[in-house]
Amino acid sequence: MIHHSRRGIVAAFAVATASALVLAGCSGEAQPEETEDGPVTLTITANAITGGKNAAEADWIADWVIPQFEAAMEEEGRDVTVEFEPQGVDDENYKTKIALDLQSGEGADIIGMDGIWVGEFAEAGYIKPLSEVAGDAVDDWEGWEQIPEAVQAAVSFDDERYGVPQGADGRVLYYNKTLFEQAGLPADWQPESWDDVLDAARDLKQVEGVTPIQLNAGTAMGEATTMQGLLPLIVGTGEQVYEDGEWLGDSDGLRDALDLYKTIYIDEGLGDAVLQQEAAGRDTSFQLFAQNQIGILLEGDYFWRSVINPAEGVGTAPMADRDTVVGYAKIPAMEPGSGIEGQDFVSMSGGTGRVLNPNSEHPELAWELLAFMNSAEAYEERNATTISITPRTDVNDAILSEDPMLTFVSEEVLPVTAYRPPLAAYPQVSTALQQATLDVVSGSSVDDAMSAYVDAVTDIVGEDAVAGN
Amino acid sequence: MTSSTVTPPAGRVTAPRRRRADDVAGLGKARAGLFVAPALIIIGIFLLFPAVWTVWLGMTDYRLTGLQAASPEFVGLENYTEALTDPAFWNSLWLTLIFVVASGIVGQTLIGFGLAWSVRNITGWVKALIEGLVLAAWVIPASVASFLWLALLDRRTGTVNALLGTEGAAWLIDHPMEAIILFNIWVGTAFSMQLFSSALSAVPPSQIESAKMVGASGWQQLRDVIVPNIKGHILTNTLLITLWTFNTFTPYLVTAGGPNGKTEILSVYIYETAIPGGQLGLGAAISLIMLLINLVIALGYVRVAQGRRKR
Amino acid sequence: MTATPAKTGPVTSVARNRTVRQYVARVLFAVLMTLVGVLFALPMVWLVLAPFDATPTLSLEWPDWTLDNFARLAENPYALRSIGNSLILGVGTMVIVVGLGALAAYAMSRIRIPGRDGILYALLLLSSIVTGTAAMVPTFQIITQLGLINNYVGVLLVLAGGILPTVIFILKDFMDSIPKSYEESARLYGAGPFRILRDVVAPIARPGLAFISIWTIVQVWGNFLVPFILLRSPDLQPAAVLMYTFYTESGQADLRLISTFALLFSAPVLIIYFVVNRRYGFRFHGGIKS
Repeated sequence: MIHHSRRGIVAAFAVATASALVLAGCSGEAQPEETEDGPVTLTITANAITGGKNAAEADWIADWVIPQFEAAMEEEGRDVTVEFEPQGVDDENYKTKIALDLQSGEGADIIGMDGIWVGEFAEAGYIKPLSEVAGDAVDDWEGWEQIPEAVQAAVSFDDERYGVPQGADGRVLYYNKTLFEQAGLPADWQPESWDDVLDAARDLKQVEGVTPIQLNAGTAMGEATTMQGLLPLIVGTGEQVYEDGEWLGDSDGLRDALDLYKTIYIDEGLGDAVLQQEAAGRDTSFQLFAQNQIGILLEGDYFWRSVINPAEGVGTAPMADRDTVVGYAKIPAMEPGSGIEGQDFVSMSGGTGRVLNPNSEHPELAWELLAFMNSAEAYEERNATTISITPRTDVNDAILSEDPMLTFVSEEVLPVTAYRPPLAAYPQVSTALQQATLDVVSGSSVDDAMSAYVDAVTDIVGEDAVAGN
Repeated sequence: MTSSTVTPPAGRVTAPRRRRADDVAGLGKARAGLFVAPALIIIGIFLLFPAVWTVWLGMTDYRLTGLQAASPEFVGLENYTEALTDPAFWNSLWLTLIFVVASGIVGQTLIGFGLAWSVRNITGWVKALIEGLVLAAWVIPASVASFLWLALLDRRTGTVNALLGTEGAAWLIDHPMEAIILFNIWVGTAFSMQLFSSALSAVPPSQIESAKMVGASGWQQLRDVIVPNIKGHILTNTLLITLWTFNTFTPYLVTAGGPNGKTEILSVYIYETAIPGGQLGLGAAISLIMLLINLVIALGYVRVAQGRRKR
Repeated sequence: MTATPAKTGPVTSVARNRTVRQYVARVLFAVLMTLVGVLFALPMVWLVLAPFDATPTLSLEWPDWTLDNFARLAENPYALRSIGNSLILGVGTMVIVVGLGALAAYAMSRIRIPGRDGILYALLLLSSIVTGTAAMVPTFQIITQLGLINNYVGVLLVLAGGILPTVIFILKDFMDSIPKSYEESARLYGAGPFRILRDVVAPIARPGLAFISIWTIVQVWGNFLVPFILLRSPDLQPAAVLMYTFYTESGQADLRLISTFALLFSAPVLIIYFVVNRRYGFRFHGGIKS
């Protein structure tokens, strides 16, 4: 009997082990061992996936970059295989994943990331300046001359280049010409001040069933609130969220910006305050604009390229008559000349880029691949179907003329734009700013919202680092 | 365990309460250990070890990125004092309690039992349909379920507004807690229904028959025969439902904790702190506080369970 | 058709009152059941209709019937495969936790291990925090150290570790309620403990085992975080992860793909559920006499 049951236990273990082995067999194959002069494998990761999120970038990497680069290497007599590890999740999850990878000394050789993460990743020691990783070849690259300093800064930290930017963008005021006509406003509109914008919104309010202006606010939209809402206002008052080593505190500029929110959403009901609190509010604002129900919307050129783009399968809220109905104007400073650097018009820019993994076993080769991905040829190929603004002026000169809106951004907006500070504390300060706008649009006084913000920002960066303390 | 080698006389089995753990199969302690070992090893490595590590993280200022990622500092109980003095934490805890009581204990458990009780004697397609619908809601993955509810409650084109004629009512903004409570009932009731269904059918039919024979009404049968028979299941169910509801993250997919933190239950609060906020150390500390609260709840149930056993 | 007691004698009046009451109760019951059914069905209607609509929105509309969405999804190189991956992970985890969980639960039910209940409760509590975001970093590090990144074994073990305590807890409850007379007779006929578990206890506990199997699959089916952080290759990712690829860079949902994928993502687990339920039933039928 004892014998019998012992065999039973053995059988149980055998079953468990066998099932584990069978399942192990189902998983991915192990990477082949590499030797110094043998074949080399490089990996690229990005938050882009064929058939899903950022599909165009994923397709470009898989169908053009990889075969072209492998072929070029083969000509040089090197056996290089490039693999692409696509991801398709929201930014927070993607950021978490690449941080975990880098922290454990692993991860792809080339990693796509939002420029705003560069500071935190650098401070954590996850990434290193490009020239430190890949040597002198980096500084000798021809591409740097084509990429304006300001655009390079989007993926730099402490005046060091940590990555190569993969695009440039700018924010504008979009407006619906059909609604403008109904409200008796000009089809060719360029406001000179916040008051001009408010006046137009008041006229739009007379049109039945239209939300005159939607200015991103609230925490539900996350960074969209800061980038397409509060920050363009703040730079329009001549202030910056981070200046001379201090973060924005209780300031006139922030007060004016919050007052504008209050005017729009609370005092005059020119915008839909409830929409700003909806979890999918930004999505909804896109839909409503596309359905001619929003008069004025502050958005990036992304909105033009990828949201209301009428091309088949490109826009997520396509407007068939986009080119005739949708107008765009520069974002005015509060008053002419009140913007940063005494500007009349302002904007904000972000930018994503690609960095080298310091743990890469073949950093020089990885740099070659990265440089290749940022060659003029690569950008031309990348923009063959849908055009966006590239970081390279030579490519922009060649391709943007096809699209008047992107030319407008490149020529009129980028020269007056500003960037966010690439510091680790920024994401939290940004959340505090979003909360301040939420407080205002949900009915708090500007004073209360301001003091809550100052408390929050003090808590994040410490009293000494807040301006005005 | 020497007593285990003695085969108890068969007749004594019918008085099981006091001897519920008796080793009738002749397992013996050593072999019992072997039976338990594989499960415990997996739990030890992949549950216990990360848990202890999390406790440690909770005493540092660790972040996933930034300077604190490179060199986290030991801060002792600072995270705990920070959490416990943060009004947002207490607000979050309060919301969690409302959520657990309303959607878990009252909603899922009572409705689940009610359904199990109601359909126990009916057969055919009605039963299959009702059970099927409730179970489908439970089986549908959370990310899909949340999407369905967004479509249901959408302010502009939602099904509810279309049916009730309440055009433009922003349910998720004006009644966010009610929305996630109903959502969670919808998602989770099936578990209780299933568990109670099994429990009800395990009630010896002879006892119900005798109760019926003496003319007991449905309510009396429930009170005098059914409930005493399934008390253990009721406790297990309520305990599990309470813990799960306490820890569920799914409501985040519907309201994202909003509007303005009105549905920021603890699991969401931890997520917001740890991932978008980046403060993994603080998040770990709050997780531990949550664990302690769960412990208190569990101890409460255990007390009730022991009281039941003594009787 | 209310009864009029004046026209009938006292006895029949009572009887009729009872029939009326029963009738009213029945109607009420039917109304209530219908209501519950509608409430549970309502959110699901969108899931059934939207995938077949050429331009689905969040609103519930009679679709502009098409199968284009399915065709588009079929072109996606990861979508269908991911559902297979979910099956591997779901069934794999289920095999591990039900197998090991049943062994452990049986031993814990039949042998008085010191502090048994305490351990069980402690593990149950731990499983609730460790499966959350807080323990993500430790979990990732352990799997990295074990060299199990991008490997299903790592995902299965982490999932199993998180789910096992609950499985043991529920199964032990089931096993506690199984009368011991069968085991005793089996033992009298010379069966060993493993054989008793396999041939006597398991068949009786089958409804419980079936239930917990399904529960496990449902848990794994919806789990996003564990496979997402532990797997690299998109070819290996399960459907819960792939679902999120159908959002644009600004977080807009592509409703055509999402609705269709949601249906395909939900269907297998629904089918598994109903097949298992039909075959094994989650009940104790007869057998046990007291």
